[in-house]
Amino acid sequence: MDKVTGEALYTDDLTLPGMIFGATLRSPHPHARIKRVRWKSASAPDGAICITSGDIPGPNGVQLLDDSWPVLADKIVHHIGEPVALTAAATREAAQRALQAIEIEYEPLPPALSWEEAEQLEPLYTLSLNHGDIQQAFTQADSIFEEEYRTGHQEQLYIECQGMIAWFDDDGMLKIIGSMQCPYYVQKALMHTLQIPEDKISVKPAAVGGAFGGKEDFPSLLAIHAALLARHSGHPVKMVYDRHEDLMVTPKRHPSRIRHRTGVSKEGRLLAMEIKIDLDGGAFQTLSPVVLSRAVLHATGPYRCPNVQIFGRVLRTHTVPNAAFRGFGAPQVHFAVERMIDHVARALKMNPFDIRKINVVHPEDRLATGQVLDESTSAHLVLEEVEKITKFRRRWRSMERARARRQGDEPMRGIGLSLSFHGAGFTGLGEHRMRSPATVRLTADGRMEVLTAQTEMGQGCSTILPQIAAAAAGLRLEDVIAHEPDTAVVPDSGPTVASRTTMIVGGTVERAARELRDRVIHWAQEHLGTGPDLEIRDSEVRGPKGSVSPFRDIGRACYEQGGPREVTLHHEPPAWQEFDESTYRGVAYATYGWAAHVIEVDIDPDTLEPRPLKATGVAEVGRVIHPTMCKGQFEGGTLQAIGYALTEEMKMKQGKYLNDRLTTYIIPTMKDSPKMEVTFLDRPWQGGAFGAKGIGELPMNGAAPAVIQAIENATGIIPVALPSTPERLYRWMMEGRTTGED
Amino acid sequence: MKIDFVLNGRKVSAEGDPMDRLLDLLREKFKLTGTKEGCGEGECGACTVLLDGEPVLSCLVPIFQCQGREVMTVEGVAADPEAQAFLERFVQEGGVQCGACTPGIIVTGWKLSQNKARLRRGEIKNALAGNLCRCTGYEAIVRALERESPS
Ligand code: FES
Ligand code: FES
Repeated sequence: MDKVTGEALYTDDLTLPGMIFGATLRSPHPHARIKRVRWKSASAPDGAICITSGDIPGPNGVQLLDDSWPVLADKIVHHIGEPVALTAAATREAAQRALQAIEIEYEPLPPALSWEEAEQLEPLYTLSLNHGDIQQAFTQADSIFEEEYRTGHQEQLYIECQGMIAWFDDDGMLKIIGSMQCPYYVQKALMHTLQIPEDKISVKPAAVGGAFGGKEDFPSLLAIHAALLARHSGHPVKMVYDRHEDLMVTPKRHPSRIRHRTGVSKEGRLLAMEIKIDLDGGAFQTLSPVVLSRAVLHATGPYRCPNVQIFGRVLRTHTVPNAAFRGFGAPQVHFAVERMIDHVARALKMNPFDIRKINVVHPEDRLATGQVLDESTSAHLVLEEVEKITKFRRRWRSMERARARRQGDEPMRGIGLSLSFHGAGFTGLGEHRMRSPATVRLTADGRMEVLTAQTEMGQGCSTILPQIAAAAAGLRLEDVIAHEPDTAVVPDSGPTVASRTTMIVGGTVERAARELRDRVIHWAQEHLGTGPDLEIRDSEVRGPKGSVSPFRDIGRACYEQGGPREVTLHHEPPAWQEFDESTYRGVAYATYGWAAHVIEVDIDPDTLEPRPLKATGVAEVGRVIHPTMCKGQFEGGTLQAIGYALTEEMKMKQGKYLNDRLTTYIIPTMKDSPKMEVTFLDRPWQGGAFGAKGIGELPMNGAAPAVIQAIENATGIIPVALPSTPERLYRWMMEGRTTGED
Repeated sequence: MKIDFVLNGRKVSAEGDPMDRLLDLLREKFKLTGTKEGCGEGECGACTVLLDGEPVLSCLVPIFQCQGREVMTVEGVAADPEAQAFLERFVQEGGVQCGACTPGIIVTGWKLSQNKARLRRGEIKNALAGNLCRCTGYEAIVRALERESPS
């Protein structure tokens, strides 16, 4: 409620006594040697300070998977906008003016900016996956299809820009408050670079105005910058980017170039898929290896194919590093594989529904990793359901006919279908390694409190985690509260990413809440003499003979009289989840979410501008714990994917984004958004909290390919890249990339 | 320059450069941080406030334009007893996720739904086309406004 009244405090809404402001000097070159740095303090505003890489006490790198991402450029700059020096002064304006007092001499070096130039450099990361025998399978295929697909940068465009405040309190404790998804990532990065021990740092998210992956890694860099300035100046330092700076320098979704070679039988059954994935990683590794991993593991789509060979690379370019964005590598490969399936269908004169139906995975089928799918596999169910709701099959066919008969500038209308899946939680052994803890404890007034590092950024975890604890312990929601994720207090339950919060952290919270309840009951038996058969429902503790007492009374007594107060448990990954990270064989994800999208579009016959009219989604994400929030996640993700498909594009020149303003980077407005209808198949999964799987990223995977197929259905143009802007559609039409029937 | 205006129903005055942004005046001088900056260039609508009852983008309004006029921010709407049911509907329908776009959408939506028995989809979409929301996909916002019924 405090968000609708304007009371919620985001980073930029906070002020501290004595607070000053930081600013960043950035490289104007994509690649250059730094020959000299000079701080002309005489020409800077009064009291302004300046920091360069020489002022960093520890390693000059942001600790993430490795620490190769520099905090401040040292000898070489690797992309336009790379931070080279920092200033701080009494006001935002003064800090900006202070930047002009820094003089830097650069010697430009040749940059790698295209796929071709990037191929000349050592890749940042590579990965491969083999299943069956593709050579053999290609010789047996009735037809073989080849195509190359490309996708561009996508910007998270959370409405609240990146921001961070750092200060040292009287005890010398470094305090950080800011806009972030992963407070413990920030803490670890600060320990590494500032050489400050863990117990001397407290990191806390403020209210977070959207993230979508964009506040997973970058906040660590910004927190280090603010902390360095705070240390140097002795003042609290606020650094908040404006939209222009945020767009120019923060990580985006990786552009991709994906080559598919697919062999099928004459009925359209997949026999062999050879998939080569290139991701543009930008200048530094950041999270790219993990993004590539997800791309590889989702590359075949939710389809069964006995012979698969996937080869993935992250190439290095002299541009801003690319990193996490909702879907994390999966949207790119879903676009490619869905387009390839459409391509095959068209060649074999099949309906897009029929080809999916004969290839879709079922329980007992194997994925390319060799993982045998269990009964929580619902790809075939969501496909049938979306057909039932939309009558896609018939309507696609009739729109194909309408296209063939279309005259002059009659409206063009199309409908498209896609199928997608998303592995829930961290890939492979990620969760095994972390076995992240979560804590549930009693408060002095006898309520239950949930302690996790999970960050509320609009996705609802501060509601859902207490809801899970309440349900597990038999309490009403008002008797359970969530502690804010302050690293000085909460356990490291892992980052708020990868759709892991509800399923993984929620599962641990569920067990911990149950255990605390049992221990409190046990204590009551021994110390209050209540007898063994207590039952807790709706926050009421009932004795076997019908007596009733509020849980709070027993909880308070337990707290006061030294009974059990707190339970911390670790996530227990299923024992059967085995994954070999060297061969990429085994169970990459304990379970998957499944979705089908059907989207209808109108195309302006003069401008070729697509307008989405209606999006229907059917998803299976286990049990739906909070229907309003689940639906909201699905609708929001679907619209982001529609933006990805149609308008969102970073144009680049000489390594610089051209549309680095909101005026030129176009996301969907309310007028561009279709009517949406979302249905969830409620199929509780035995491994998650109350049967829930993750939902956040799933809708991002399927909506773009569905819109694109609808465009093809409407116009006969065959898009092979995202976004499919009117200019690109026109070009493909002129190049004759069409169904050829018009 | 000194400007006098009515802010959320109260007479106030402030000193400033006439070309200062209304957004900064509200946030910094009056500590009304409910109004957010999303872009600073009139594209996102996060900074929307009502000026004499009409939605304006406070990042584009120089303060001299407010002389003698009435400014209403999200805090003003939230203090209005008549707005309570309206605000709650936003929460119930899931029209609020991260909340960064919300203040702008609340003031625009509140203005739109006053004196109206029922809002049509098209009408809502036209009125709110300038308020970007990256989280909700807008559907929940439309639902919250559509449910507005005669008071
Ligand atoms: S901040 Fe004013 S419109 Fe975006
Ligand atoms: S709720 Fe996050 S931008 Fe609208």
